[in-house]
Amino acid sequence: MSEIIVVTSGKGGVGKTTTSASFASGLALRGHRTVVIDFDVGLRNLDLIMGCERRVVYDFVNVIQGEAKLKQALIRDKHTPDLYVLPASQTRDKEALTKEGVGAVLDELREDFDYIVCDSPAGIERGALMAMYYADHAIVVTNPEVSSVRDSDRILGIIDAKSKRAEEGEAPMAKHLLITRYVSERVAAGEMLSIDDILELLAVPLIGVIPESESVLQASNAGVPVIHDQATVPGQAYADVVARFLGEDKPLRFLEPEKKGLLKRLFGT
Amino acid sequence: MGLNPVEYPKCGAVEFKGSVFTLPVLHLHSVDLRVVVEGLARHLAKGLRFFEGAPVVLDLGAVRGQALDLVALNEHLRAQDLVPVGVRSADPEQQAQAREAGLAVLQGGARIEREEAPRREPDSLPLAKVVEQPVRSGQQVYARGGDLVLLAPVNPGAEVIADGSIHVYAPLRGRALAGVRGDTAARIFALSMEAELVSVAGHFRIFEEAPPGSVHRRPAQIYLDGERLVVRALDPWKDPAHSI
Ligand SMILES: Nc1ncnc2c1ncn2[C@@H]1O[C@H](COP(=O)(O)OP(=O)(O)OP(=O)(O)O)[C@@H](O)[C@H]1O
Ligand SMILES: [Mg+2]
Repeated sequence: MSEIIVVTSGKGGVGKTTTSASFASGLALRGHRTVVIDFDVGLRNLDLIMGCERRVVYDFVNVIQGEAKLKQALIRDKHTPDLYVLPASQTRDKEALTKEGVGAVLDELREDFDYIVCDSPAGIERGALMAMYYADHAIVVTNPEVSSVRDSDRILGIIDAKSKRAEEGEAPMAKHLLITRYVSERVAAGEMLSIDDILELLAVPLIGVIPESESVLQASNAGVPVIHDQATVPGQAYADVVARFLGEDKPLRFLEPEKKGLLKRLFGT
Repeated sequence: MGLNPVEYPKCGAVEFKGSVFTLPVLHLHSVDLRVVVEGLARHLAKGLRFFEGAPVVLDLGAVRGQALDLVALNEHLRAQDLVPVGVRSADPEQQAQAREAGLAVLQGGARIEREEAPRREPDSLPLAKVVEQPVRSGQQVYARGGDLVLLAPVNPGAEVIADGSIHVYAPLRGRALAGVRGDTAARIFALSMEAELVSVAGHFRIFEEAPPGSVHRRPAQIYLDGERLVVRALDPWKDPAHSI
């Protein structure tokens, strides 16, 4: 039985696409057949982060509108055998995402895939509503700052009111909080919200914390999701998130400022 | 082409029927239009959707005997999406101006409201509405005809509304409006008082920073004492009442 996971946030630029790419790759690296869909019609960039932008011929909207078959639009990931990308259209307008159209594509994908990861656009407009409508799980991405937390709260309320599960009175969507761009020094200095503050307000179980790191930008520029580089902190943190999602018990790491070794303290870095 | 004959409704074209409304009352503390308009804009900028397009009554009790340009004030308020419908506690000069501005002159105030408040018949007591999930930013919960009981937090930007009292067994961080149909005996209780706005029977206060120091983040209640909103810790023997 396949599961649909939406990666959403309300606020823009918090790390949804970065998370979708690494999370979907992580599921595929563990042998689960996975597809990741870009719902950000008009602003697509999942294909860039996945490094497959040159291979986009047909897109999600083409499939919804019957201009291409699903098989023609799916792009096979070059790093992971069990992963496919369904890119967004660069040009169409968002109204193309209809409830029936999205539902039909998801139903077809369910036949082939274990996990369907939906990368939501920012905001609470049609694209975001469609990305979360059919989901079984929501990964709510939040940065440790007041406006991001407030928007996540808003999205959580919308999930509880407007998703298919809510409308049809089924069991509520499972919700997971992912804190990204976390800078322990700034939390310690009181410039960023602490994990406890965020959890108290949002009251959703924490699935992971991804520290702020240069390697995320390097990975996006290279078109290789950061989870593939297990030498990096965010790569390991995303691998932990995937493990926790699959039910493994992984303690949180990387929450304290890095202790500088003797050599670094002597010579700086 | 002939005119269609006008069809008259059987019960006559119009009919007067009594109905009770509770309106928010805007108390003026200054006749300086700039001060009033800026103060109001600051309040409305906090996103008080509840008052958008709302009819309001202007209480002039604090500025009786002072010259006030009601026509201009009326226009400013309408520009802010409020619909002034009348004035009360106005002096004769202000009453004349009010009529000129197309506003009704209302008599009395709290006393009338209290008499008109819906009486709760013992045999028709509605059950309290109980909410177990957090009320999140942008959400609104309304308990029609009775009390509202919340067992999870009311978050910033959320609105909880009841015809009766509101009981929050969790932090109250959003807006709470009790007695919205005029029950002046309604109260607001919270285990951790962090509200952005509280209102009882149309008397509201906005906490720009936080509720008064002694109850902030503590168990507290809010109720009406005559015209005054009062906030008080829920262990009142330790803490005196504060007007807010
Ligand atoms: N852990 C991190 N450390 C450093 N930079 C990060 C991290 N996560 C994301 N970023 C950067 O933040 C920016 C926004 O990330 P991303 O595109 O994933 O966000 P988004 O939520 O999908 O944005 P949008 O709302 O526009 O779709 C990118 O430049 C990305 O490289
Ligand atoms: Mg994105």
